Amino acid sequence: MNRYNAFRLIREGLTGQKGWEPAWRSPAEPRPSYDAVVIGGGGHGLATAYYLAKEHGMTNIAVIEKGWIGSGNAGRNTTIIRSNYLYDESAAIYNHALDLWKGLGRELNFNIMMSHRGVLNLAHDEGEARQLKRRVEANRLNGVDAEWLEPDEVKKFCPPINMAPSIRYPVIGATLQRSGGTNRHDAVVWGYARAASGLGVDIIEQCEVTEILTEKGTVTGVQTTRGAINTPKVACVTAAHTSVMANMVGLRLPVESHPLQALVSEPVKPVMPCVCMSNAVHVYMSQSDKGELVIGAGIDPYLSYTQRGSMDIIEHQMASLKELFPFVSRLRLMRQWGGTVDVCPDASPIISKTPVDGFYVNGGWGTGGWKATPGSGHVFADLVARDEPNAIAAPFTIDRFVSGALVAEHGAAAVAH
Amino acid sequence: MAGYRLAGGGGRVDRSKVLRFRFDGETITGFAGDTIASALLASGRLMVARSFKYHRPRGVFSAGSEEPNALVTIGEAARTTPNVQTTMAEASEGLVVRSQNAWPSLNNDFGALTGLLSPFLAAGFYYKTFIGPFRGAWMLYEPIIRRAAGMGAATREPDPDRYEHAHGFCDVLVVGGGPAGLAAALAAGRSGARVILVDENAEFGGASVLDTATIDGSDTAGWVRSAVAELAVLQNVRLLRRTAVYGYYDGNVLAGTERLPAGDAAAPRERHWRFQARQVILATGAMERPIVFAGNDTPGVMLLGAALAYVRHYGVAAGRAVTVFANNDAAWHQAAALAETGITIKAIIDPRDAGPEDSAKTLRAAGTVFYTGHVVTAAEGGKAVSGVVIAQFDSTAGNVSGGATTIDSDSLLVSGGWTPNVNLASQAGEPPVFDSGTGAFIPGTPREAWAAAGAMTGKLALQSAIESGFEVGVETVKSLGFNALPTTFTVENPNQEVGFLPLYEIPSNGPGKAFVDMQHDVKASDVRLARREGFSAPEHLKRYTTLGMAADQGRTSNVNALAIMAAEEGRPIAEVGTTRFRPPYSPVTFGAIVGRATGKHFQPVRRTPMHDWHEKAGADMINVGQWQRPRVYRRPGESVEDAYIREARAVRNSVGITDVSTLGKIDVQGPDAATFLDRVYTNTFSTLPVGKARYGLMLRDDGFLYDDGTTWRLTETRYLMTTTTGNAAGVMALLEFGLAVDWPDLKVALTSLTEQWAGVAIAGPQARALLTKVITDIDFSDKALPFMGVRTGRLGDVDVLVSRLSFSGELAYEVYCGADFGLVLWTTLLEAGEEFDCTPYGLEALGTLRIEKGHVIHDEMDGRTGVHDLGLEKMFSKKKDFVGKPMALRAALTDPGRKRLVGLKSLDGKPIRAGAQLVTGSDPNLPGGSQGQVTSMGYSPAVEAYIALALLERGPERHGETLYAADPVRGLHGPVKVCAPCFYDPDGSRMHG
Repeated sequence: MNRYNAFRLIREGLTGQKGWEPAWRSPAEPRPSYDAVVIGGGGHGLATAYYLAKEHGMTNIAVIEKGWIGSGNAGRNTTIIRSNYLYDESAAIYNHALDLWKGLGRELNFNIMMSHRGVLNLAHDEGEARQLKRRVEANRLNGVDAEWLEPDEVKKFCPPINMAPSIRYPVIGATLQRSGGTNRHDAVVWGYARAASGLGVDIIEQCEVTEILTEKGTVTGVQTTRGAINTPKVACVTAAHTSVMANMVGLRLPVESHPLQALVSEPVKPVMPCVCMSNAVHVYMSQSDKGELVIGAGIDPYLSYTQRGSMDIIEHQMASLKELFPFVSRLRLMRQWGGTVDVCPDASPIISKTPVDGFYVNGGWGTGGWKATPGSGHVFADLVARDEPNAIAAPFTIDRFVSGALVAEHGAAAVAH
Repeated sequence: MAGYRLAGGGGRVDRSKVLRFRFDGETITGFAGDTIASALLASGRLMVARSFKYHRPRGVFSAGSEEPNALVTIGEAARTTPNVQTTMAEASEGLVVRSQNAWPSLNNDFGALTGLLSPFLAAGFYYKTFIGPFRGAWMLYEPIIRRAAGMGAATREPDPDRYEHAHGFCDVLVVGGGPAGLAAALAAGRSGARVILVDENAEFGGASVLDTATIDGSDTAGWVRSAVAELAVLQNVRLLRRTAVYGYYDGNVLAGTERLPAGDAAAPRERHWRFQARQVILATGAMERPIVFAGNDTPGVMLLGAALAYVRHYGVAAGRAVTVFANNDAAWHQAAALAETGITIKAIIDPRDAGPEDSAKTLRAAGTVFYTGHVVTAAEGGKAVSGVVIAQFDSTAGNVSGGATTIDSDSLLVSGGWTPNVNLASQAGEPPVFDSGTGAFIPGTPREAWAAAGAMTGKLALQSAIESGFEVGVETVKSLGFNALPTTFTVENPNQEVGFLPLYEIPSNGPGKAFVDMQHDVKASDVRLARREGFSAPEHLKRYTTLGMAADQGRTSNVNALAIMAAEEGRPIAEVGTTRFRPPYSPVTFGAIVGRATGKHFQPVRRTPMHDWHEKAGADMINVGQWQRPRVYRRPGESVEDAYIREARAVRNSVGITDVSTLGKIDVQGPDAATFLDRVYTNTFSTLPVGKARYGLMLRDDGFLYDDGTTWRLTETRYLMTTTTGNAAGVMALLEFGLAVDWPDLKVALTSLTEQWAGVAIAGPQARALLTKVITDIDFSDKALPFMGVRTGRLGDVDVLVSRLSFSGELAYEVYCGADFGLVLWTTLLEAGEEFDCTPYGLEALGTLRIEKGHVIHDEMDGRTGVHDLGLEKMFSKKKDFVGKPMALRAALTDPGRKRLVGLKSLDGKPIRAGAQLVTGSDPNLPGGSQGQVTSMGYSPAVEAYIALALLERGPERHGETLYAADPVRGLHGPVKVCAPCFYDPDGSRMHG
């Protein structure tokens, strides 16, 4: 794999860009057997494969993707990165991810446009302020760079926000994580794919797993639309279809799949300097490097696998956004889409071994999976390689739903992120 | 100077009404009915915009909503609107129009220098650079990239205009008012079905204007007029112009936005429509497709059909020395029509051997030179087309041969065939399928109740479009049970069926840039580069090059890009497939989506019946969800803390009253009401005697606490349930879900009474004396009305319901009455209470009183705690089943190591901040890990100290321990003593007294 650098860019510019090779290899057919198969070519799946190869020397592995890589939530999220979670267990994995994000572009030799522009979470009443402050205090003890901003500081950090005390739900303060921000989701997918491919990982697109082959409770391989593959380890990273895949080995998971919508405005010159989220009025916004305002809200309340949602959510979220940022009113919706998110009852993920030997699950990330991508892939690769969860992954077993030892990030509010 | 106004023609403009607007400071004159684009063209303006990435000069390319180039900013100050398509925006008197993405001026744009660097700025270049030299280096590059990107600039001011929502219910929604849509609407409308016909343009007629046929004896414009006139008088038909249907959602719901003409100050700026149709007829037509060649974005290059539309609609000619480049018969007819209006068509270039003879005759007569077997290899000129370079073309090999010739021209009109508008059909259907007749995609199988008609199905010729419109219209209304009337029509002298040679791109080795997506500056070479790098899947191609991701939704670029990719891969276009089409078809103003739900109408403000009194009394009102509640009733000079301490003291010492009208109140009635409540509460309500209340706990089905409140048994079969203020609607929904889904056999009816009843809590040692004065028909003695007793009575003329409940730990009652009498109840109590110094108290005092008693609210019941955590195990029935029970019994939920409720007392006399974390380290710099957190806090006048409730690991085992409340946010780190959560009157003698 040739490295990307300025010198090469100039050389290619002078020679008509003819010398570039595919970013990742696309083998015509999968090999008959691999040491491990990762199902799902999203961010988490590709990261898992990359770290399996890089950290654990497992290069005879494949990523099997039903469509094209990054076609699921990896290519549909609003790319918000933060780690200011309430609980120690969550803070540990999201902080691990944030640490990896910081150097990921250089590590992958792919510009993922990691922008640490800061994430604001607004408080609109005293009760919410108390909850948010509690989170800041907990964050501080966990080494997360969390701050509390008073109204004048909020305005200074994010000038376009409407701080008028006369609005329906005035902003009375906010938490800020300065190291939070956004990145370029597709670039992360392609960067991981390219780096994993460079280490020898086969990335097989347009290949659907139809069956997980087991013998006496142990994985022996997968059946795909492009033939059977023998493997002792199957790492399932299929987000909304996690429960569908688990069902193939007779495993029932407490995961519900909901539509989650997002939309962008037409591109405009820079107007929004940071990420701003409000749970009380349920909306969040940032501005992409291309100039589009990237806007999201909560999940659609019903279950669906369709990757599309209803008008109602959009109407409500835009009303909320106009309250907070009145200038958006004359801008226009340019693109709208839906993803399907896999939500666990405690809004925390599953990174776990299963009762079927050799079948590992990484899913249930709900609305918060993107920011965890490198951390998730890193600890999951560790679990798959060693057959034991490390300290960061350990709290996220499927056993917790039986024992009740949950990582209850949700609390009373359905918090989108 | 290319375009000009013709002496005649222009069906949409009123030449008697001259209007003037400004473009970059220059006055432009037009007529009423002009679009900004038609007026600019008429004025001879060619360059009107700069492109996104390379800042290339751009002019008007189309006459419709597919316009990729001619985007401007219109309006001033708060009405500034960026990225407006000049082809869709109507000109109006005094309008201020500005070019965008250019500095210092459109003509001399500094950003155009990026064009020099373009060899290095190929698709995706930014993924390969700006990576180093250190972690976080992107933060240095990003601001520069961000400034360069974006199109127009947004205003920072609030929008002064209004928007509204409308709902359109109908039997048949016809989307698109071209020939097929009009025919379909006529067929449907004549049957009596309720029809809504929608078109995005200012007038109906669509592409019929491009055809010289006669229909039923009149020209196409005449036929359109009479069809519209007929529809307009039908009572069951509604016509919506300027309305773009942009989204097709599940359940046959479609959304659209209607632009209202400027000038009527009383009208909203836009109206957002939500259509609910039994059947939809999509007749969204087709767009003329460009051909990709070097310099194809130069101002002066325009779609051929657009040029004819400008003549027909606005009486505007695109140029004086016009060249046409086309690969289909329809284009020859259009060129002939242009020639007949007196426009000089210097040459027509066609890769085929010949054009249709009838139009060729007309053109030959007008002096047009034919270059058949030729293609355009480049348009010359920078800011305006100056010449057209042509070369011989071998259509079997698909390549250019022979030497180039240049034709002097100020205008190049292009027609690469037609692309059906499948956007809406694809949103609500299977993927579009390739159609060799158009060389593009037509709709796939519907997923919702729609049928397609006309050009969008590949039926490009006028006659077949109208036929299919009638046919689909008739079949649709028949399927809905209406009697369709027979319809006939005659088309004479139509343009011949379309002869067409697929031709998407003229390969070029020259230096000129050949654009596929003009709005995003994606070149043919970028598509090839993407393929070279493995981004061949349509979605990867789109994401890597940003092709089709601009506000024009890639309407002019989509098919050409797929064709180039297919050619590179040596596969048919059909196999490459398309990306998935998503809403919106056209950009939608956010303000329109919001409608009236803005400002005061964003969400309702809920006020209790006593609200005005609270305000007059000077209370600090605060939001509690949608409700407004008094926080404290501050007296002059008092701080919030002073006020709540005074109010709480008054309750403990004498009597106070507080407004509890916001509590959720649900009437639960029916023979199975008792059984039902036993299932939703953790404790038992079937054993509750009539005339008594009981405190109840509700779990979610995952076993965690959801809500609490008292429920009063009014009769054998009727209960009044109260919920917390915040969860009133949620509990109602949960109960309804239970009855509808889990236990449909239970005979129970639920009614929300939250807003129907006002409530006041009366608390303090003098509460009984006070109530005895005002409610004379109830015996308030402890024996007659014991703790948790419920009675009905009258306060003057007002019926009241009284229960002896205590949240404060004092002798206390809650009194409810009809909401209309809430104020009477409140003021009567205050007046009668003067002798006891009866004090109104707010949320803060309520909070401090309940903290003193260790009562929990949502700060403790935050969705993460169970009964065991809050010391409420006694309320957890072992005898019966209820929602959440099995999950609540999971081992970890009853683990003694969990964080559980304790009390805290400040040891340094300072407040304990809510949210502070409990740690063992006395040094703020070495706090150690968090062992718990403060949930509620306040100053306790009873204890005379700052106290708090907290959740602490192994809390109940740790009473007496000293910990530190770590508050790094405010830099506090104070010592606290752990104690039992009840600070005051632990045996309850006061409230039972």
